[in-house]
Amino acid sequence: MKKPELLVTPTSVAHIHDLAKAGADAVLIGEQRYGLRLAGEFTRKDVREAMDVARKYGIRVYVAMNALFHNDKVDELGDYVRFLADIGVDAIVFGDPAVLMTVREVAPQMKLHWNTETTATNWYACNYWGRKGAKRAVLARELSMDAIIEIKQHAEVEIEVQVHGMTCMFQSKRSLIGNYFEYQGKWLEIEKKKYEKGMFLYDKERDNKYPIFEDENGTHIMSPNDICIIDELGDMVDAGIDSFKIDGVLHEAEYITNVTALYRRAIDLCVEQREQYEEEKDELLAQIEAIQPSHRPLDTGFFFKETVY
Amino acid sequence: MWKNERISQIVDGKRVIVKKPELLAPAGNLEKLKVAVHYGADAVFIGGQEYGLRSNADNFTLEEMAEGVRFASQYGAKIYVTTNIYAHNENIPGLEEYLEGLQAAGIHGIIVADPLIIETARRVAPKLEVHLSTQQSLTNWKAVQFWKEEGLERVVLARETSAEEIRQIKEKVDIEIETFIHGAMCIAYSGRCVLSNHMTARDSNRGGCCQSCRWDYDLYKLEGNNTIALFDETDDPFAMSPKDLNLIQSIPKMIELGIDSLKIEGRMKSIHYVATVVSVYRKVIDAYCADPDNFVIRKEWLDELDKCANRDTAPAFFEGVPGYKEQMFGVHSKKTTYDFAGFVLDYDRDTKIVTLQQRNFFKPGDTVEFFGPEIENFTQTVGTIWDEDGNELDAARHPLQIVKFKVEKEVFPYNMMRKEQ
Ligand code: SF4
Repeated sequence: MKKPELLVTPTSVAHIHDLAKAGADAVLIGEQRYGLRLAGEFTRKDVREAMDVARKYGIRVYVAMNALFHNDKVDELGDYVRFLADIGVDAIVFGDPAVLMTVREVAPQMKLHWNTETTATNWYACNYWGRKGAKRAVLARELSMDAIIEIKQHAEVEIEVQVHGMTCMFQSKRSLIGNYFEYQGKWLEIEKKKYEKGMFLYDKERDNKYPIFEDENGTHIMSPNDICIIDELGDMVDAGIDSFKIDGVLHEAEYITNVTALYRRAIDLCVEQREQYEEEKDELLAQIEAIQPSHRPLDTGFFFKETVY
Repeated sequence: MWKNERISQIVDGKRVIVKKPELLAPAGNLEKLKVAVHYGADAVFIGGQEYGLRSNADNFTLEEMAEGVRFASQYGAKIYVTTNIYAHNENIPGLEEYLEGLQAAGIHGIIVADPLIIETARRVAPKLEVHLSTQQSLTNWKAVQFWKEEGLERVVLARETSAEEIRQIKEKVDIEIETFIHGAMCIAYSGRCVLSNHMTARDSNRGGCCQSCRWDYDLYKLEGNNTIALFDETDDPFAMSPKDLNLIQSIPKMIELGIDSLKIEGRMKSIHYVATVVSVYRKVIDAYCADPDNFVIRKEWLDELDKCANRDTAPAFFEGVPGYKEQMFGVHSKKTTYDFAGFVLDYDRDTKIVTLQQRNFFKPGDTVEFFGPEIENFTQTVGTIWDEDGNELDAARHPLQIVKFKVEKEVFPYNMMRKEQ
């Protein structure tokens, strides 16, 4: 049986060592100038170093260029893609077709992963981007397990599914935190304050806390819970899903490493010793619960939840 | 301001606009469609029973669409259908049939986000023009170039693009550009918001959005295990509610940029709203195109728009990235100050008696205002009101009731009567 890739997001170059040892098969890195909602900020120098570390452990490096670009950055995309091609990264993650066009021009052999976060919702769209040059589609997080498996059955591209961590609910170009401070009249503090870490919106009615942060790409609001389906991997493994992703954005490095090790065990068991997996999976889930920060409850996202419209 | 030969030329010593943009209006039902066209829209966008993003709006059946197309064609106007959901697997069956139906109904084009729908339309309904929806959040010229190479006739840009960005896009890519000029908008990049999925289990990218962005939240910060409030007791809560878009002042700039279609949002909006907004923008566009160098925005146009506004408005993004003043915090009262009171069905020039369908309560003595494409706005006091059989009424109380009374100036069918609240 095919073993799905375990893809994780490191917070730093040093962290890649730990993740590789914990069992990651691939890492997703990048910088906010081109990529969205990354666990760590990797300059070009860092990406170069990350490549060295990754080669040493034999793991793959993907670089995020999945921002929505305005004209001002279009001209520099080629230079960045060329840089990534020169140092030999394994794939570029994109959402904006401008990146796809640029890769065609300057590095046509570069592998592309299509990830818009919210719009990969049917198998036809995945295959469409496949025909345009993508090797992989990263599915929207708002899909049910059944829908995911149906997509995989029809897919002509690799399928990546996020199995753990928080997900993005909202991205605005506006400076929503800065605007609020400004409205409150807290003018002087804004510039430094709006980029501070650890902010969240509290929703009284649902008693939920939504992490919120600002960066170069605008304002991002994240899910109140961390997805965790370490105990529900069987069907997706059987369906042949190509990559399982742990998104570590806004989490501590140590937490990400521990979660990676637990998923490593879960995937190995699920593929090689299914009975043992069935026996151990509740325990694996309990181990994640034990290290879960108190303000981040776990849930199963949309895997088993019905949405209407 | 930029001046471009394809957009304006000197005729008899005077500059005129030769490339007039399309005025594109929303319509939630057949009556609104007819009003939008009659009040001056060059094209109208509507929703069908499926695949559109307003799952709770009135939507059109294929028969109604065909009737809408027939009506619009008398005015030379086009009808587009929004089919801009991001489909899930379960939405695939039925799509071909639906698109074939749109083509058969004579629809001119569809507004689409999902490549599934783009390619299916190309295959089964090739007569439909395909316009890329704002749901794709197109923000740069290179992405526009991609969609041009995919064979699309038109793209609707992200609402986050500025005038200068649009100018660059126009310069680099030869494709029709449609942009929003008026109405409500998402505060997120369109297509990139799933707040409603999380908060209410309704899929925003399939029309289930509950406008969760407009609710109030409290902003905190986590420091270690302590939660710190980032607001004082007297502060208003954190809010992300955007003011509605209003680009009336920017229309001249948009015309000079060569934008091909100017779009008004609001398939859920009332017939009064559609009529008012369309007629104002019709006047602005016509006046500017006829004599751009002596054009001024008239105060009465601005006042007119205010009569149907239900929220504050701002020129967001086209004129720069909006700040806190383009958002709404704290309690905001409903703004609408006018009710739509009646719809003119007929007018007898000899007796000066109007036949009118009641849309809101009014009675003798009320001051009412008439407006419509054939007339200059005027107000008058309502005198005696009769029902259809000539019985005198103390008031026009019943919705859709046919009433008659005397109106001094001539009015025309489709003219509307409004009343200050
Ligand atoms: S919640 Fe707000 S920003 Fe999100 S889709 Fe709905 S209207 Fe748009």
